[in-house]
Amino acid sequence: MSTPKNAVILLAILAVVAALAPAATSQDAIRIAYIDPLSGPFAATGENGLNQFRYAADAINKAGGVLGKKIEMVPLDNKVSPQESLIQLKKVIGDAIPFVFQGNSSGVAHAISDAVQKHNERNAGNRVLYLNYSAVDPALTNDKCHYWHFRFDAEADMKMAALTDVIQANKNIKKVYILGQDYSFGKAVAEAAVSMLGKKRPDIQIVGNELHPIGKVKDFSPYVQKIVASGADAVITGNWGADMIGLAKGANDGGLKVPFYTYYAASDGVTAAIGTAGVDRIRLVHETHPGNPTPPKALSDYITGYRKLHPRNDVNQPRIHTALNMLVLAIKKAGTVDVDKVAAALEGLEYTNLGGDQVVMRREDHQLQMPIYISVHTNKGIKHDLDASGFGLSIESKVERNKASQPTTCKMQRPS
Amino acid sequence: MLQIAFFSVLNGLVYGMLLFMLASGLTLIFGMMGVLNFAHAGFYMLGAYFAFTLGLSIGFWPALVLAPLLVGVAGALVERYGLRRVHRFGHVAELIFTFGVALLIDEAVALVWGRPARGYQIPAVLDVPLFRVFGASFPAYKAFMLLVAVAIFVFIFLILTRTRAGLIIQASLTHPGMVAMLGHNVPRVFMVVFGIGSALAGLAGVIAGPVLGTFPGMAQVLGSIVFVVVVIGGLGSLTGAFVASLLIGIVQTFAVALDVSVGQVLMAVGVPAGASAALHDIWKVTVAQVAPIMPFLLLIIVLMVRPTGLFGTRET
Repeated sequence: MSTPKNAVILLAILAVVAALAPAATSQDAIRIAYIDPLSGPFAATGENGLNQFRYAADAINKAGGVLGKKIEMVPLDNKVSPQESLIQLKKVIGDAIPFVFQGNSSGVAHAISDAVQKHNERNAGNRVLYLNYSAVDPALTNDKCHYWHFRFDAEADMKMAALTDVIQANKNIKKVYILGQDYSFGKAVAEAAVSMLGKKRPDIQIVGNELHPIGKVKDFSPYVQKIVASGADAVITGNWGADMIGLAKGANDGGLKVPFYTYYAASDGVTAAIGTAGVDRIRLVHETHPGNPTPPKALSDYITGYRKLHPRNDVNQPRIHTALNMLVLAIKKAGTVDVDKVAAALEGLEYTNLGGDQVVMRREDHQLQMPIYISVHTNKGIKHDLDASGFGLSIESKVERNKASQPTTCKMQRPS
Repeated sequence: MLQIAFFSVLNGLVYGMLLFMLASGLTLIFGMMGVLNFAHAGFYMLGAYFAFTLGLSIGFWPALVLAPLLVGVAGALVERYGLRRVHRFGHVAELIFTFGVALLIDEAVALVWGRPARGYQIPAVLDVPLFRVFGASFPAYKAFMLLVAVAIFVFIFLILTRTRAGLIIQASLTHPGMVAMLGHNVPRVFMVVFGIGSALAGLAGVIAGPVLGTFPGMAQVLGSIVFVVVVIGGLGSLTGAFVASLLIGIVQTFAVALDVSVGQVLMAVGVPAGASAALHDIWKVTVAQVAPIMPFLLLIIVLMVRPTGLFGTRET
């Protein structure tokens, strides 16, 4: 075969593929973009998030959709890279998709948030709304807040305030080690831990405050050895995805027996990796009821239904259901998908989530106000386990909405 | 401090020997074909997943033997029916071919086993601390990893230097034409070496899977570092791969353990860092923070000082 002939065939194939691709999206649906990792080390997290969005969207569509139209998720892979995310955002804007969900990595969130703000200021007719369901760097609703960003997860400071309340009450803890991923969120967690522990328990010594590159560490044993050597009797970490699995495995192997206070030590393989060694030792701070020990019926049905579709995945981000349903509610209230009107409808919007908690989108900074839960990794009294491992999260304490609320420095500029 | 030094050496050795198991196959294949096999880390991942699946029905120990064999066969088939055909079109085609195989393995694994990490566990017999010292424990499984890796090294070394088959392989690497003239089937030698290299990567996956996690990104996480090892050691050199693996394993674990900042290190060697406020943020970064880029730093230094790698004989 000659090379030119091959090239012609290749071009022909490419042309056919290119011609077929746009036909897949229907014209009548309300399209909602999802920009998150669908390949690379964090693909598991991104894919499970997408599945939860689709599951929540299917329920909405079955109930008649919104404004007589179905909603359709448009997944776009960003490989957790801010640069890739901006390319995908351009695509979203080019395709005139009005809503963008993103959650994994606050580094990415900052990039998208900045780009959306600039774009919306310059293009009044073709605006896009950024709905952040998981990136919890406090700056996004404080110094860097703007009108086109809404956050549905509890920001890191709300969670840290709840975590440090629990640590405050535990008089056995004298030395704390802080370990995190080296990017805006990891730094925010470390700063909040140091400042809040300093206020609540000045007697506690911070024996280690360390950041490691995100997604690059293969073996966490050296870090575990350092924690052991520091004599810490508790660890605080914001690690997630592969970095949390690695840390949990390293701690189990190295015989590190101290309690861990974490943001994301559950699901996507983490619960299975922690296993027996983590029982009553690993704690997690999160929003929405974890389903144990006594789940409300709506939540229980939702989790059971999801498990039927995805036996290996968990509803590890119930806020996805909250976020999508609040968006739909706002669209209904506005009676249009016009971004300006939907954003206005979202402000101050109240909603009762699957766990039966009343949540409200605060006008001042677009941070959803909600109660915070502290749960423990266990296999006792588990109705809904994670990773199909028999282990799950069970509520230890709950901080009510008004107590979990944190002040904001945001000075919201509304479009006139 | 002693505790950290002690465990850093042990962990560095374990990690280094794991890298060697991957690098040995890669460097042999490079020496033979003159092409970096991008799919190598993919075979490592396949090893972990095969062992996980087989382990569910036949247990860990039979899987430890069977999974690498399966991966070896898969590797040999890729060479026989893929790479050998592509070989005619030159190195670039071969490179792109292995790159394609790597992507294919990535996607196939995600498709068959799913994106989330699978619960591939250490067998119960080895899931105990071997000894406890300075308040930390060293797991028996890591000692087992070390043992397997050393056994593999001795095994390959003996085969290559002490047997007739090894002689033919070594001759085929440097003088394929001459070996063919003497009546040996050189393409078959290539296929066998490719198969063995893949099987070694598979074995590395089988024993690393339970420790480093079994998920579709595992090939990517380790892939780049293995290339670094092979280049530092010298392309095609088994001794080089061995030394470079241990070097990187130990450098990386020790770097994590060090709590000094980059500025302090530079000051210690006489560079006046830290004084200038302009670069303050850079000097504040600790050595531990830059630990994962150390191998790449080492790579650049080695390429500048000795472009053939530590033990290599040809320009990279």
